[in-house]
Formats: sequence, structure tokens, C-alpha cells
Amino acid sequence: MASLPGMNDLTSALGQALGLVAGGDAALGHIVLLSLRVSLTAVGLAALVGLPLGALLAVARFPGRGGVVVALNALMGLPPVVAGLLIYILLSRSGPLGSLGLLFTPTAMVIAQALLIAPILAALTRQVLEAMWEEYAEQLRSFGAGPWRAVPTLLWDGRFALLTVLLAGFGRASAEVGAVMIVGGNIEGFTRVMTTAIALETSKGDLPLALALGLVLMAIVLTVNALAQGLRDLAARQAG
Amino acid sequence: MRAPEAILPLRAEGLRFSAGGVGVLQGIDLAIEAGRPTLVIGPNGAGKSVLLRLLHGLLAPTSGRVAWDGPAPDPRRHQAMVFQRPVLLRRSVLANLRYPLALAGLDRAEQDARAAEALALVGLAPLADRPARRLSGGEQQRLALARAAALRPEVLFLDEPCASLDPAATRAVEETLQALAARGTKLVMTTHDLGQARRLAGDIAFLHRGRLLEHAPAARFFASPATAEAAAFLRGELVW
Repeated sequence: MASLPGMNDLTSALGQALGLVAGGDAALGHIVLLSLRVSLTAVGLAALVGLPLGALLAVARFPGRGGVVVALNALMGLPPVVAGLLIYILLSRSGPLGSLGLLFTPTAMVIAQALLIAPILAALTRQVLEAMWEEYAEQLRSFGAGPWRAVPTLLWDGRFALLTVLLAGFGRASAEVGAVMIVGGNIEGFTRVMTTAIALETSKGDLPLALALGLVLMAIVLTVNALAQGLRDLAARQAG
Repeated sequence: MRAPEAILPLRAEGLRFSAGGVGVLQGIDLAIEAGRPTLVIGPNGAGKSVLLRLLHGLLAPTSGRVAWDGPAPDPRRHQAMVFQRPVLLRRSVLANLRYPLALAGLDRAEQDARAAEALALVGLAPLADRPARRLSGGEQQRLALARAAALRPEVLFLDEPCASLDPAATRAVEETLQALAARGTKLVMTTHDLGQARRLAGDIAFLHRGRLLEHAPAARFFASPATAEAAAFLRGELVW
């Protein structure tokens, strides 16, 4: 019968974890790099769709707009396992995109995370830019700029605030486990990322590796938040 | 006699505007000719700002119409507006000046030439590279004025451009306005500052509760107002 790890076990696990991080363990490094690659690519893809969509929603007035905004806000809470399941169905052998052979590849993980965070980026972008549009609308119309011309203007003028939106999306992507587990399969050396590795190693009882990964993940999340704070300060100084 | 590009004279016919069932303007007939500035004055809530927005085309009248009787085919391209609170883009001073010029289809060399000229006009040339929204209130309004002037409009609408400025900044703005008027720009401006109206106006349009009670040469209006309301307003009595 397995016993819970005692205080000594925890201390020694933490010591080994720090050793793994400090020693630049190869397997650990591979997992961290793949995590960053997958999540950063997903944020990039989601931004290509989410930012213009959010900006357009901020300036456009059409029947049913309120419903679209509510739906988008609701999608911000899309559970990662559901996003993973949807992409799994699309990419599985018998699915509509099964012939592409993407299931259980990093590409599939990118797609699932992009699906997960695109609504988040769009909804946050709309919130940020709608306030700016209220201020700009009359002046831009006086210049002869319609809503279509306003979209790139708002995206550029909101650049500092939108960077924090991107960081929020990255934080969400790098911390989720459900979507990448389902469509990536947690294959060692191929689709294993930090969160899936932590889940697996914890259930196997390999606490040092799980803890080491957890420490790295925490460090990344902290760095991202510090960056976000710094950008907000910079924006305040720049834009007033 | 009149340049082929001219959009003046401007004619408002039976202009009515209601918002939320409340009548703001109750049928305005007004003709505005080229020449010295037209100052729109009247108590708070008389509808001065709304009238300016209707003339500039930012609002659509509930009934009645705004007609530009000059030969120029596209009147919108020959007008500009400065608002009470300057709406500056979150960019440098120079980028703010370039923005509407680029929208108007001017090439980069022409944009830079006009921007330099406009900066010199308002005395902001040393601040060209500063973030526009970090300027003082008076500098911001001068930049907004320079930005409108760079478009070389035939008609420049100004909605209480000095309402939130101190006397020194007000004086700087008025000097620029005098220079623009001397150059042939037609100014159509609201103010609640009677001294300012006396200093700038060629003719006065006196609005009271959504009606145009008087439209007369400034000298005659100030010497012998034709209505009891205007006389009371000039005496500084509380009129609304």
C-alpha cells in the first residue's frame, strides 16, 4: 500500500528537482522547449484571427452583435478538454481531417491550443479597443475614416494593451493540460510538454521530475506576469 | 470669382435634431458665407455643439438638410473639425499630423511638408517626436488645431476649442485661429466666452433653446441685439 510522501521525501524531491533544473537535464530541456514552441505558435495563430476579430467587433454595429459578444465571452471559459475533444474528432483517422495524419503530433497540439485561446484574445481585444473607439470614433469619422480603416488604427494605438492580452493568452495556453493531453498523446520525446509530463510523473510517483517541471512552469508564468506589468507601466508612460 | 474647389456657401434648411425623443434643435435656417469667422454662441444646452456636428456631417438631422452650394464635388474633403477635448492618437506628435494626411491620399513628401508647416504654425516644431498624449492640455489642443489646419480645409469647425484651457493657452490658440482666418480659412466656432466671440467673430449666430434667434454681423449684434434673450445673454444674466 502506497504511503503519502513524508516531509523528508518532499525535501529530497525538491533537492533533486533543483539539481535537474540547475544541471540542464536534457530530457527536461526538451520538454520545456517543446512547451514553449507549441504555446507560442498557438498564440501567434490565435492572434492572427482573434485580434482583428476583436477589433472589428469593437467598431462594428450590427443586429445580433450583443449575442456575438456574449458568446465570445462564454467561449473564454471553454474547458481545455472540450477544445481537445473537438480537435481530436476533427483529426482522428475517421474524422474529416483524418487524412492529414496530424493526430498525436505537435501540430495538433498547436491547433487545439489556438482554438482554446483565440476566443480569449478576441474577447479581451474587444474590451480594450471598444473603450478606445468610444474616444476616437468622432475624430476618425471627421477624418473620413470608416470602421474598416479604424480597425488597423485601433490595433496599432492599442499595441501596449494588446501585448498584455497576448501574454494572458500565452499564460492560459502554457498552463493547460487537457487539450494537449488528448490530441498530443503525451508521447515521450515527441509530444510531451510540461503540463502533461507533470501529470504523468506525478501519477508514476517520480516527484523530482514533476517538481522540476513545476518549478520551470512557475518561473515562466511569473516572468510572463512581470512582463505584463512592465508593459502596462510602459503603456501608461507612453500613452498617458 | 469663386475658386472651382470651393464648397461654400453653406446652407442649413429646417434643421431639426432630436435624441431620445427630446428635441435639441427645433428647425434651424442658416446661411454661412466665406469670409470672417462665424461664431455660434448661446447658453448651455442651446444646441451649439449639435449644430456644428450636423453641419460637419457627424450627425444626421432628424429632418431638414445641410447643403454645400459651392462647385466642389466632394464637400467632405474640404472641411475639418476640432473638438473641445482634443482626441490625439497614441503616437508621436508627427504621426498624429500625418495620419489624416495619409487618409486624404497625400504622398509621404507632401505629408512631411504639410506637417512641418503646421507645427511651425502652432509653435510645436521642437516637440515633433514626443508622444502626443504626454503634451500639456494647451499643447494638445494646438496640436489638434495644427492637425486640422494641415488638411488645408476651406471650412474649419471648432467646438469650444478653448473651454478647458488656461488664459495663456487660449491666447495661443486664438492667435493661430486669427492666422488661419487671415489665410482664408472659414472658421465656424462655438464658444461660451463672450470676450472671445468679440475678438474673433465676423458674424454671430445666437442660439437659444434649439432655435436660431439671431444671425447678424458681430458689430451690430453686440451693439444692439434684436431679441430680449440675446440682450439678457449679453448682459450676463442667467439665460437658458
